[in-house]
Amino acid sequence: MIIASLFETAWHALTTHRMRSFLTMLGMMIGVAAVILMLAIGQGAQAMVRGAIESMGSNLFIVMSGATTSGGARVAMGSAPSLTFADADAIRDLPDIVAAAPMSPGSAQLIYAGLNWSTSVFGSTPDYAIVRNWPMASGGFFSEADVRSGARVAVIGQVVARELFGDEDPIGKIIRIRQAPFEVIGVLAAKGQSLDGRDQDDLLVVPISSAQQKIFSSSLRNRARFIMAQATSEKTMDAAESAINEVLRNRHRIGVGQEDDFTVRNLTAIAETAASTTRVMSLLLGAIAAISLVVGGIGIMNIMLVSVTERTREIGIRMAIGARRRDVLWQFLIEALTLSLIGCAIGLALGIGGAWLVERLAGLPVAVTPASVLMAVGVSFLIGVFFGFYPARRAAGLDPIEALRSQ
Amino acid sequence: MAESGKPLIEVVDIEKDYPTGAGVFQALRGVSLSIAAGEFVAIMGASGSGKSTFMNLLGCLDRPTRGSYHLDGKDVSRMTSDQLAALRNREIGFVFQGFNLLPKLTALDNVALPLMYAGMGREARRRQAQATLDRVGLGERSHHTPLQLSGGQQQRVAIARALATRPRIIFADEPTGNLDSETSRQVMGFFSQLNREEGITLVLVTHEADIAAYARRRIRFQDGRVVEDVAIEAAAA
Repeated sequence: MIIASLFETAWHALTTHRMRSFLTMLGMMIGVAAVILMLAIGQGAQAMVRGAIESMGSNLFIVMSGATTSGGARVAMGSAPSLTFADADAIRDLPDIVAAAPMSPGSAQLIYAGLNWSTSVFGSTPDYAIVRNWPMASGGFFSEADVRSGARVAVIGQVVARELFGDEDPIGKIIRIRQAPFEVIGVLAAKGQSLDGRDQDDLLVVPISSAQQKIFSSSLRNRARFIMAQATSEKTMDAAESAINEVLRNRHRIGVGQEDDFTVRNLTAIAETAASTTRVMSLLLGAIAAISLVVGGIGIMNIMLVSVTERTREIGIRMAIGARRRDVLWQFLIEALTLSLIGCAIGLALGIGGAWLVERLAGLPVAVTPASVLMAVGVSFLIGVFFGFYPARRAAGLDPIEALRSQ
Repeated sequence: MAESGKPLIEVVDIEKDYPTGAGVFQALRGVSLSIAAGEFVAIMGASGSGKSTFMNLLGCLDRPTRGSYHLDGKDVSRMTSDQLAALRNREIGFVFQGFNLLPKLTALDNVALPLMYAGMGREARRRQAQATLDRVGLGERSHHTPLQLSGGQQQRVAIARALATRPRIIFADEPTGNLDSETSRQVMGFFSQLNREEGITLVLVTHEADIAAYARRRIRFQDGRVVEDVAIEAAAA
């Protein structure tokens, strides 16, 4: 088959001008490497965001105490805890709500057997495990009864378990939280980083009553800084949000025209925004890289045009001994294709290697997907054909007599 | 001369015009002649006489503006460029003054090139190319590139390339123009042998009388017309 022989011819032509071939491929190499690397970074970021969203819990609302503006003066959210445990119960009783957990956040130093560790402490209810969609690694979560009785029991995250207990089994051990002894009854499963980059596993959860009485010694009993609530599904999010607003306005006796003393935020929507932002960023990175790929293609066209001009006599000879126009067309097209595909292969190696380096050295999450590799190969092929076609057609269109006469 | 009776090459009232800035230049102004299979023809004439144009037409590198050209009974003037390419590949071999070998390819690969365009497989064409190089006495130089060969050797590689597809006609355009007289004699002797022993039709373009003397028929061009067409006595060695 002539086509197979033309690959040999192309290889021969490219290896006789090694430096030129290499420089021509360089454009393709950089382009493909850039596309692979940028897509890897973009998709890595997307995967991270997706993971963070999934770990956050789905269809999530957060109801903050206090309004974003209060009587014209802007006040930090949660500054005036206006939400009560009863508010949380009322929200949980709404038809579109699965669970609602009142939250009392803070931080404290934990001590166990001479080791200490400062971490985030959350006072909450068993609903917390539901809204955060958080399974246990070992032991169990505390119960409603523990919340009612103010039991000194705690559930710890993976980081706390590792820092305080090492290889020891934490279940049943007594730790001290600001001098108060608490029994560890459960260890939460690992969740990893949150959207804002914090380690979600570095926490301790205790019954909200115990937290307020024994750890924070808060004067605001039965009040929550915020309430986390989960809707039954994505479709009921809007209905649930207005229901929460309505029930809280009723319970807080807020009349028409008066300002709310709470704020409902759709966390999932915020997360989705973050996700679409990374998606756009990922696309943008890919698009910029794709431009360099096109520039690489133009480089190939440029060299192919030079090559056709230089080899006019060769083309004339080939035609004289029986090359058809399409044989000449294929010869140069295959040369361009070989350039772009070899450039693509090296670029792939560089891009994947670069992605690995970025992950190792910069600690950014990267993801080289088969789809992005396939796309890079496909686009390189198309570029080879597209930018190779014009020079090849020019070669094939030469007049054999004129071509033979050229120097 | 021709046992078949039918001429291999038959041109009737052939004309070729070239557009120039000043109008149309008539390179050929009505040429009619026929060449039988097995003939050895020398085409002579000053530069600009139309002899090269005529040979390009006979060699199927070009098509006439007017008139007809039948090669082995087939009307070439109506063929597509692909059909012409196939004719050049299978029926015709070219030998040029400047050899026109591809400098980066070995002698073997140069000779195998027309076989590639004939669609022959890699091994088969290498075998046939080697055999053809053996025929021209360069079998041992098959892996040399043209630059490693002398002018005479290069021209023999070019002849081997012309012979590779076993064509019936060879067109040689000033084949000895770049060679010294001794080498010229060898090359012309080889052409004569090909014609005599293998019956290959040879059409030779030259302006040197002693080279033309190897042929058995001389056609002289002047101003785009044939002014002489004579048989040559078999006198030259």
